[in-house]
Amino acid sequence: MSNIILKAENISKQYRLGLVGTGTISHDLNRWWANIRGKEDPYLKVGAVNDRSTKSDSDYVWALKDINFEVQQGEVLGIIGKNGAGKSTLLKILSRVTSPTTGEIKTKGRIASLLEVGTGFHPELTGRENIYLNGAILGMTKAEIRAKEQEIIEFSGCERYVDTPVKRYSSGMRVRLAFAVAAFLEPDILVIDEVLAVGDAEFQKKAIGKMQDISKGEGRTVIFVSHDMNAISVLTNRVIVLQNGIVNYDGDTNEGIKEYLKGENKRMIYQYEGNYADGIPKITEVKVNTSLPNNIHEFGKEIQFQFKIYLPFDVENLALSFQIVDEFSVPITHSWIFDADKQIKRNKGTYHFIGSYPKPKLYMGYYSLVVHLSNSRTKEKYDFLDSVCYFSIVMMKTVRSEYHWQKNTCKYIEEVKWQSSKI
Amino acid sequence: MSAKKEDEWLYTISSKRKLIDFNFKEIWRYKDLLFLFVKRDIVTLYKQTVLGPLWYLIQPLFTALIFTLVFNNLGSIKTGGIPPFLFNLAGITAWNYFKDCLTNTSNTFTKNQNIFGKVYFPRVILPMSVTVSNLLKFGIQLLIFIGFYCYFKFLGYEFSFNKNLALFPVYVLIMGMLGLGLGMILSSLTTKYRDLTVLLSFAVQLLMYVSAVPYPMSEANAKFPPLVAKFVEYNPLTQIIEGFRYMLLNTGDFNLGRFLYTLFVSIALFLIGLIIFNRTEKTFIDTV
Repeated sequence: MSNIILKAENISKQYRLGLVGTGTISHDLNRWWANIRGKEDPYLKVGAVNDRSTKSDSDYVWALKDINFEVQQGEVLGIIGKNGAGKSTLLKILSRVTSPTTGEIKTKGRIASLLEVGTGFHPELTGRENIYLNGAILGMTKAEIRAKEQEIIEFSGCERYVDTPVKRYSSGMRVRLAFAVAAFLEPDILVIDEVLAVGDAEFQKKAIGKMQDISKGEGRTVIFVSHDMNAISVLTNRVIVLQNGIVNYDGDTNEGIKEYLKGENKRMIYQYEGNYADGIPKITEVKVNTSLPNNIHEFGKEIQFQFKIYLPFDVENLALSFQIVDEFSVPITHSWIFDADKQIKRNKGTYHFIGSYPKPKLYMGYYSLVVHLSNSRTKEKYDFLDSVCYFSIVMMKTVRSEYHWQKNTCKYIEEVKWQSSKI
Repeated sequence: MSAKKEDEWLYTISSKRKLIDFNFKEIWRYKDLLFLFVKRDIVTLYKQTVLGPLWYLIQPLFTALIFTLVFNNLGSIKTGGIPPFLFNLAGITAWNYFKDCLTNTSNTFTKNQNIFGKVYFPRVILPMSVTVSNLLKFGIQLLIFIGFYCYFKFLGYEFSFNKNLALFPVYVLIMGMLGLGLGMILSSLTTKYRDLTVLLSFAVQLLMYVSAVPYPMSEANAKFPPLVAKFVEYNPLTQIIEGFRYMLLNTGDFNLGRFLYTLFVSIALFLIGLIIFNRTEKTFIDTV
């Protein structure tokens, strides 16, 4: 209780839907008139809950509604939520870019935000000049920047280019420089939004390491917003899950991620919806049983694949096979069940097959299934499904020493037995 | 929660607005940013142009030349013994500083929405930095004026500056405050009503003609309809331009009452601008 550094009380933010412009003068005048008579803003009473996919009768929408939370000194708080859940709005309010419609945020420390790195970089100025300008925009004084200049340049790894105009920089170098400036800010509360999505693997590691230093080593408070569940789980131990502008969950990170991953359930299960009159064998349902909701699977845990097959006549030599393909449709695994192996004659009817990988070694990423149903003797193809049952592999509980997991380094990890000796 | 605990909060983010809500301490903390913005404006303005700051000279010289041809040669406006070209150049130099301050601050919000949308700093820093960096341009144009001043003096024309020259910094301050104040009001309104940007570009043109830039006040009194003449006379800009010419060329006259009136109007507009700007900065990002 004593260490609360930031407190949000009933934060709400209302936005006007549609084209701002038509009728704004009349609304402005109405507001002004209400204000003069000492009454409440007439448009604050209306407004619908912010659900992107449903149509609303009201012209106003609540991007955030009655948000309450407290942040302790030295805590690393993650904020997660789907697109449009209100994350960015909340961050904008926290970093004072816009003010809430109602409610207030009280803070005991200076807040610096890192909503997008490189804000205010001027392409014509040199790297060094931009360090000063960017630092000042983020709230540092000239003396503070001068004291840190050398460290910033070293951290960015851009020594050679520091007196070259920034317009000659590669985009990666720009980000490095910008992050370096921000990393050496010394606010009491640092607000970070998805900055780690840029830069190469080496720099990402450096950035995550720096963020861990900031929160753990220096006892600074960090509020971190990201879609990257891996980064969230590594960096934070408490998360707030936003859904349609409302706090859906506030607490332990792992529970919060599960909560977040529930929700929409589209395209996760394949279900045949046509008719059965054509008399051809069909795959009627495909399902992936993953370790987490919403077809998210943790690396190394058992994964199950379920298939339902409809046979309108007896089939000898039935062959059912499936491939796991990556997001570019490159096949990674191939598994099958042949009647020829199992020596079972399939009679007319509906069948349920469950196949499982006890210890899949698929690397983190997005995958889907390609399913084939055919006759292995006549080579007749009965049914074929392309890219169904999207699922993703996450590695948040698998910790590797030395390096953090990077995206797209491989598709598959094999265990290895090392032998080493001195020659 | 006790009252003492409430006091410990460093600041509060809320929708409540006080009429006058300046955090001068905060603006002072960001003073380095002001200078860095000024430096950025000056350093980057003429990168990769061939003529560079020469553009500063060409614009007032040609404007003064055209004014001399149209108003003095064709329209036979009397400039009281002062070479018409120098007379016009003095007016234009002063007018340009006001005009630049006005037009460059009037798009503060729309031009900087990118940076304003990402990070917080006292927004008023930006229009202030514009006003300061415009001083450079003003200084260069003033040098040109001094050049022609010496040239015409050398040719034997009879004119000189007078003791009012001591008020020079005050006049610059008044012009800056007027331009900044009006600019801040306009920039706040343009976030919602973009029409004003279109309006501004020709309104500034028209304003120049009722601010006694190409003619002295005495001509306006003699030839304009009384209503228009009154308007020109009470236009604070007229007083600035006239005062500027009075101290540099010793033409026209000086009236303390008018001077104080101008000073008062400028301060008032500046404060109104600050208040409106301050109210807008909180939520402009939602409407811009």
